[in-house]
Amino acid sequence: MDALVQAMLNSDRRALARLLTAVENKREGADTALAALFPRTGRAWIIGVTGAPGTGKSSLVNALAKTFRAAGKTVGIVAVDPTSPFSGGAIMGDRIRMRDLAGDRGVFIRSMATRGSLGGLARATRDVIRVLDAAGFEIIFVETVGAGQSEVDIARAAQTTIVVEAPGLGDDVQAIKAGILEIADVLVVNKADRPGADNTARALKAMLEMGHPTARADLIAHHGRLLPVENLAGPTDAPLWIPPVVSTIAPENSGIGDLVSALEAHRRYLIETQALDGLERQHIEIELHDRLQAELMARLLKAVSGEVFADVIHRIQTRELAPQSAVDMILSLHNQSC
Amino acid sequence: MSINQTIRVLIAKPGLDGHDRGAKVIARALRDAGMEVIYTGLRQTPEMVAEAALQEDVDVVGLSILSGAHMALVPRVRQLMDENGLQDVALLVGGIIPEEDIAALKAMGISGVFGPGTNTEDIIQHIKQITAAKGGNAG
Repeated sequence: MDALVQAMLNSDRRALARLLTAVENKREGADTALAALFPRTGRAWIIGVTGAPGTGKSSLVNALAKTFRAAGKTVGIVAVDPTSPFSGGAIMGDRIRMRDLAGDRGVFIRSMATRGSLGGLARATRDVIRVLDAAGFEIIFVETVGAGQSEVDIARAAQTTIVVEAPGLGDDVQAIKAGILEIADVLVVNKADRPGADNTARALKAMLEMGHPTARADLIAHHGRLLPVENLAGPTDAPLWIPPVVSTIAPENSGIGDLVSALEAHRRYLIETQALDGLERQHIEIELHDRLQAELMARLLKAVSGEVFADVIHRIQTRELAPQSAVDMILSLHNQSC
Repeated sequence: MSINQTIRVLIAKPGLDGHDRGAKVIARALRDAGMEVIYTGLRQTPEMVAEAALQEDVDVVGLSILSGAHMALVPRVRQLMDENGLQDVALLVGGIIPEEDIAALKAMGISGVFGPGTNTEDIIQHIKQITAAKGGNAG
């Protein structure tokens, strides 16, 4: 694994690809490799891209990556697609829309399946992002299907999050449903040549005006978790970021310049208000929680035998034991054995 | 830690074929067999295929070719993959391949050639065998 890390740092792309696999599969030695690479991370600008299937996320990432490449930036892309809950397999087709990036050594695209374990995707995505960051990619896009908790988790790893909408996907009530809008730093109405695009953009703007936080405490809730105001590194009188709404037609490159400007404005905002430090601190705190949770769970499952679990499940099913009492019992068994 | 042996496969269509029904049928069958399939879409150059295989760190590359250009495209993809250090990544070919070309393709190091009417189960078994032989998604 050491040799792989060294080769990767010498710009060996095959070594980078293998390291990504090792990290994604949590292969032996992957944690040591990540620890060795960790001091080299924290330099990339991580941009999350999320939205419903068919809104054009991959085409948009393709157009954005081309623009950043033209400006001389190197670009890593992590494209996440769902794993089938039945077979455990996946079909990942994001490359179909990213063909303009083929043959450019300044771009590295990696497809990832969600693989469905609790919190596992967030862990694997963070690790994959870190390897690309250590490899020196200046901008890293993380593209996820917008379907619930997973994109909130991924937004927690990104510094700037784009939420992509398209006309004709539902009425404006869809836009006020909790979750998606709150994580957006920049909103995109893609496929803006389709009928109804203006209405979609207007509805989003109206929702932002109605629901936009006026106090800083709300802005913190914005990023997925309520934290006390003093936890933010930036001065409390710093201006609030109001997510802009940008209309694009990705395959025609229309509106992409505006979108890049909006992204750069958000980046500048994070740096100038010193919000970036606070954001990173939040990300680290959340990650620490996630990892502790996963590790404690793994150790517990290892320490408590399958028979005990089977027995407890049976006793819950026969109404002998309430679920929470069962948890208390398993934990006390575990603590005795420690 | 559980040992993750998920097989990763790149399904690619090099050349100028107009449709990709076969490639999609295969991609879906492999997905249903629990594999992670990266599909490139139509009209890829051999360079694009070899680069995608490298970035995605796949165990197997499956080419679907209907155009008759297999004797030009296949060796080119194999050569570029080897130049990328992917000598250990298996290459399979499916599509319209005349009987008389099969031996020549196999001589180029193509591990399997699958024509129309192939049972998808045969392809799945073939992939499982070759990846088991080299120890799964070996790192």
